[in-house]
Amino acid sequence: MIRIEPRSSVPPVLKYGVPVLSALIALALAAIPLLLAGADLVEAYGKMFTGVFGSMFSFTEMLTRATPLIFTGLAAALAFRAKLWNIGAEGQLYLGALAAAAIGTGLIDAPGFVLVPLILIAGAAAGAAGMAAPAYLKTRFGADEVVTTLLLNFIILIFLQMMLEGPLKDPMGMGWPQSAPILDQGMLPQLLPRMRVHWGLILALVAAVIAQIMLGRSVWGFRLRAVGENAAAALHAGIGVRRTIMSAAIVSGALAGLAGVSEVAGLKGYLTADLSPGFGYTGIVVAMLAGLSPLGVVAAALFIASVFVGADSMSRAIGVSSYLADLVVSMSLISVLIGGFIARYKIGFGTPAKGGA
Amino acid sequence: MDILQILLTDTFWEAALRIATPLIFGVLGALVCERAGVLNLGIEGIFVAGAMAGWLAVWLGAGLWGGIVVAMLTGGFFGLIHAILTVPLGLSQHVSGLGVTMLATSASYFTYRTALPNVSSPPRIEPFRPLDIPLLSDIPFLGPVLFQQTAMTWLALFLVALVWWVFNRTPLGVALRAVGDNPDAVDAQGLSVYGLRISAVVAGSMLMALGGAFLTMSAFDAFFFGMVNGRGWISIALVIFASWRPGKALLGALLFGAFDAFQVRLQTEVGAFIPPQIFLMAPYVLSIIALVVVARRADYPRALLKPWFKGQR
Amino acid sequence: MANELVLSLRSLSKRFGDVVANDAVSIDLYRGEVLSLLGENGAGKTTLMNMLFGHYMPDSGSVEVADSDGTLRPLQLGHPQAALEAGIGMVHQHFTLAENLTAIDNILLGSESLWSLRRNRGAARRKVQGIIERSGLAAPLDELVGNLTVGERQRVEILKALYRDARILVLDEPTAVLTPQEADALFDNIGAMTRDGLSVIFISHKLREVLAFSDRIAVLRHGRKVGEIATAEADERIIARMMVGADTEATARAAMQAGDPVLELENIAVKGKSARDSLHRVSLTVRAHEIVGIAGVSGNGQTALARLVSGLTRPDGGEMRVDGRRVTKFDPQTLLKAGIGRIPEDRHHDGVVGAMSVAENMVIERLDADDVQKHGFLRKAAIRAHAQELAAAYDVRGPGVDAEARLLSGGNMQKLILARVFECAPRLILANQPTRGLDLGAANEVGRRLLEARARGAGVLLISEDLDEVLALADRIVVIHDGRLIAADTTDREAIGLMMAGEHA
Repeated sequence: MIRIEPRSSVPPVLKYGVPVLSALIALALAAIPLLLAGADLVEAYGKMFTGVFGSMFSFTEMLTRATPLIFTGLAAALAFRAKLWNIGAEGQLYLGALAAAAIGTGLIDAPGFVLVPLILIAGAAAGAAGMAAPAYLKTRFGADEVVTTLLLNFIILIFLQMMLEGPLKDPMGMGWPQSAPILDQGMLPQLLPRMRVHWGLILALVAAVIAQIMLGRSVWGFRLRAVGENAAAALHAGIGVRRTIMSAAIVSGALAGLAGVSEVAGLKGYLTADLSPGFGYTGIVVAMLAGLSPLGVVAAALFIASVFVGADSMSRAIGVSSYLADLVVSMSLISVLIGGFIARYKIGFGTPAKGGA
Repeated sequence: MDILQILLTDTFWEAALRIATPLIFGVLGALVCERAGVLNLGIEGIFVAGAMAGWLAVWLGAGLWGGIVVAMLTGGFFGLIHAILTVPLGLSQHVSGLGVTMLATSASYFTYRTALPNVSSPPRIEPFRPLDIPLLSDIPFLGPVLFQQTAMTWLALFLVALVWWVFNRTPLGVALRAVGDNPDAVDAQGLSVYGLRISAVVAGSMLMALGGAFLTMSAFDAFFFGMVNGRGWISIALVIFASWRPGKALLGALLFGAFDAFQVRLQTEVGAFIPPQIFLMAPYVLSIIALVVVARRADYPRALLKPWFKGQR
Repeated sequence: MANELVLSLRSLSKRFGDVVANDAVSIDLYRGEVLSLLGENGAGKTTLMNMLFGHYMPDSGSVEVADSDGTLRPLQLGHPQAALEAGIGMVHQHFTLAENLTAIDNILLGSESLWSLRRNRGAARRKVQGIIERSGLAAPLDELVGNLTVGERQRVEILKALYRDARILVLDEPTAVLTPQEADALFDNIGAMTRDGLSVIFISHKLREVLAFSDRIAVLRHGRKVGEIATAEADERIIARMMVGADTEATARAAMQAGDPVLELENIAVKGKSARDSLHRVSLTVRAHEIVGIAGVSGNGQTALARLVSGLTRPDGGEMRVDGRRVTKFDPQTLLKAGIGRIPEDRHHDGVVGAMSVAENMVIERLDADDVQKHGFLRKAAIRAHAQELAAAYDVRGPGVDAEARLLSGGNMQKLILARVFECAPRLILANQPTRGLDLGAANEVGRRLLEARARGAGVLLISEDLDEVLALADRIVVIHDGRLIAADTTDREAIGLMMAGEHA
C-alpha cells in the first residue's frame, strides 16, 4: 500500500535538486533512442558534449540558441504564474519578428540609436497584442486561452506567409518568401568578433533580472501571484483580477515578441517563415524546468540550448536524427513534472493495519 | 458558377464528410477523456503518433487493419503516460498534455527519420479505397456522398453511435459521466476513480490516434512532417462547441468539414482576388469564433481539470 | 433494544503528518440503536468514520462487522467496496452525488457490473420503491440530482445506502443543511428504520439533537474517546463538559444603544442564476453598536447577500448606502475603502491565498497603503514587522509570518482574517459563517471580537446557519428564506425555525 502525503514545505535540496536531476535523467534516457538507432553511446554523448563545450565558437552558438529561449521561457513563466496558459509564445514570437521586419527593413531610415529601440518597442508591442487578444477573449467571454492561443499560432504563421509573399517580400530575394534584410544600423550588435552571439542575450538577461524583481518585490508581482494562486481570494480582497490577467498577458506577449525581434534583428538579419524551430513551445519546457522562476529560466534555457546544439553536432557527426534533441526536451518536461510531484509529497510504503483480510 | 450552388453538389458533401472524418475521431477521443474529467492536450501529438505508427506498420507489411491496430496501441501508450501523470499523480493536465504532445511528436519524427534515413520523397503505401458498393454507390447524391468514403469514415460514424450508446445506455457510461462530475460519488459507491479515469484517457487516446491514422492511411498515402497541422487543437475547440455530446460532436465536425470544403471551392472561384492564405486561416478562425460563441454557456464537466486523490476530501 | 453487537471499532489510530486525528478509539454499536458520536469540530469524528468506510487507511487498529447471520467478522480496511459489502452505508456531510445523473442512476451507480451491456432497471426500481415506502424517504427518482433540493439530495444519499442493503448507517452532521422541521422529519424516518433493525451512528456537534434522538452517546475530544453515556442518564451540562473538558462560559453580551445606520439596503434585487444566488427586493438596516443576525438554511440567498455587501455582485435594482452614502460602484476595493470589513464564508477559497505568506495575506486588502508599498514596490521589512505585531495582537499561532498561510490551522487562519479586518477599524463587519469548522475556543474568540467591534461602534452583519450562534450574538434577528428577508421579532427557536422553512404567519 503506497501512502502519499503532502509535505508542509519543500526543502531547498529538493526545490533545486529536482529540476537538475530531471534534466540529467532526460539526458540519460536519450540512450534508449540512441541505442535503437544503433549509435555508439560513448561516441554519441561525447559528440554532444564537445558540440557545446568543445570550442569557444560552439559555446557561443549555445548562448545564441539560448537567447530566444530565455525570452519565451520568461513569457511562459510569468503567464503561468498568473495561471494564464499562454501556449501562444510561438505565434507572438512571429508577430514580434514581423514588426521588426516591417519597421527595420527600410520603412524608417533613422540612425541606430533611434531605429534599434523602435524595433524593440514595435516587436514587443506586436507580441503583447498577440497575447492581449486571447486574454481579452478569456476575461470577457470566458473562452479558454489554451485553445485560442494554440489556434492563433497557426493563424499567425499563415499570416506571416501571406506577408512574406506580399508586402514584405524581398524584391531582390529571387522569389524566395523572405523579407528584405534589416538595415545595418537596425541590427543588434554582436558581442564578440566572428561569433554570432549578439546583444539580444544581454537584453534577455536584463529582462530575466527585471522579471525576478518585479515578480517578488513589486505590487504588480504581488497581485499577479495572488491571482495565480487563488483568483477567488484575490478578487475578494479587492485585487482587479481581470486587469491583472490582462497585464500579465501583455508582459508575457511582449517578452515572446522580443524573442522574435532578437532572432530577426540579432541573428538572421531577415525574416523567413522557418525563423523559429518551436522556440515558443520549448519556452514552456524551459519555464517548467525553471520552476516558473525568472532567474531559473536563464539556467534552464542554457541547458535546453546545450541539448539542441549538442544534438545537432552529434547528428552531423554520426548521422542520428537531430529530432533526438526534441525527444530529450520533451522527456525532461515529463521528468520535471514527476520530480515536482515527488518533491511536493512524502511517499512512503505503509503496511496495512492488522485485521485487514 | 453560383457560389451557393456548390452546396448542392454531391462532390461537395463527399469532401465535407472526408474532411470531417479525422475530426470526428479527434472530438470523440477528447470527449471520452473530458467526460471522465481529464483534459487531454496530448491530442495533437497522439494524432502525429497515430499517423506515423499506422503508416509505418503498413509500410513494413502489416496490412491496413494491422496498421489501424498499431496506431491505436501507440495512441493508447501515450494516453497511458498522460493518464498516469494526471490521474494518480494529479499533475497539471495542461502541462502534462503539452508534454505528451511534444513527446509523441518528437518520438514519431525521430522514429520516421531513423526508420527511413535516406529518402528524398516520402514513400507511399496502398491506402484504404472508397467502399464503392455496387447499387448503393449509384444512388443519386447519397451514393457518392456516403459510399465513396473509405472504411475509416464508416468506422468513425460507427464510433459516434458506439460512444453515444456507451454513455447513455450502459452502467460503464453512467460511471464515466459520474467520475467527470463528482469523483467522490464514484468512490463512495465502491468504484475505482483511478481505474475509470485511466481507462477513459487510454480509450480516448486510441480514438485520437485513429484520427491521425486516417490522414496517412485514407486521406493520403504517405507521412509528412507537420501534416496534422492543428487538427488536434481544433478537436479540443469542437468538443466544447459540441457540449460533450457525441451527436453534437458529429454535427460540429460535419459543419466544420462543410465550411472547409466550401472555402476550398470558394478559393477556386474568387482566388484571383484574395490571397490564398485568407482561406487557409479560415478553419482556425472559425474554431476560435465557435469557442467564443459557446464559451459562456458551456456546461463543462464539473470535475474537469480537478485532480482527485484517494483519501483526501 | 436487542443486545446484539453489530459493529466493533478496536483501537483505531490515524495521524496526518504531525497531527493525531484519532488515538486508539474503540466503539461498539448494537443492533437497532442510534449511537451519537459527539465532539467539537476537529475532534476526529469524521476521520474515524472515514476509516470505517475505507476512505482512510488507519495507522493501527481493526474493525469487526456482523454479517447477515450476526457473526462478527474482520473488515478489510482501506476499501470502500469492502465496507459496502459488509453492509455499512455512509451519508457524508458533503453529498457524494453526481449532479449530472438522475437520482436513480446515483442510487444504482456501482451496484451493476460495469461490463454489462445494458441496465436492468425494472427490478432495481421496484426495490427502491419498496425502500421508499418502508422508510418514508421520498425523492423524485428520474430528476437530475442537480435539480433537487438539499433535503431531497440527502434522502437520495440515504436511499443509496439502503439500496445496498446497509445494516449500519453512518450519518455525518445530517442536519447542518436542514430546517428544524426537516430535521424532525429525518429523525422520524430514522426511527422507522431502526425499528426494522437498522443501526445508526449519528455524528453531530449539536447537543440538543443528540439528546433528543439518540439512545447512547460517545464523546470524542482531540482524537480520543473521552466518555460514553446512555442518553437517558445525560443532560446538556454533562456532555458539554465531556466535549470541551471544562464548563463552557457563555459569551457575555452587554446591552447597548444602537447608533446611526452604517449599512442600509433598500429594495435591493439581485437576479442570480438560481434561487440560491438571488434576492427579491430586500431591505435591511444595520446600525452602529448593533449586531444583526441573518438566520436561515443555506442556499436561501445568503451567498447573494454576502456577495452584494462584499462588492462582488452588483444589484439589479434598489439602493445600498454605507454610512449614509449611496454606493454607486460595486467592486470589492471600493467597498473596502468605504469601511466594510469582510469575514468570508469559505476561508480557504475566498479568505486567504494559501500559497502566499501569512504576512502577505495580512496586507492583501490594502496593497496601495503607504506602509505597504512605495512607488509600486513592496516595503517588505515594514510588512513583515507589521505582520508580526498583528500576529501577536490577535494570537495567530503557527510556523511564523513568513510561512505559507495554508499551513495555519482553521482557527489561526480565521484569526489572521480577523486581524486583517479589525486592523482597518471598519464601520461595518460582514461576518459570513464566521465560526464554521472552528473548535469551541476559536469560535468563542470570534464572538468576543465581534462584540468588541460592536462596543467600539461598528455594525455587524452576521450571517449564520447556526441558529444558536445567531441567538447568542445578535441584537436583532432577520430570517432569510428564498431570497427574502423577514424580521423576526422573537427569539423563540420554534417560531424562527418555522420562518426559516418559509411558514410564517
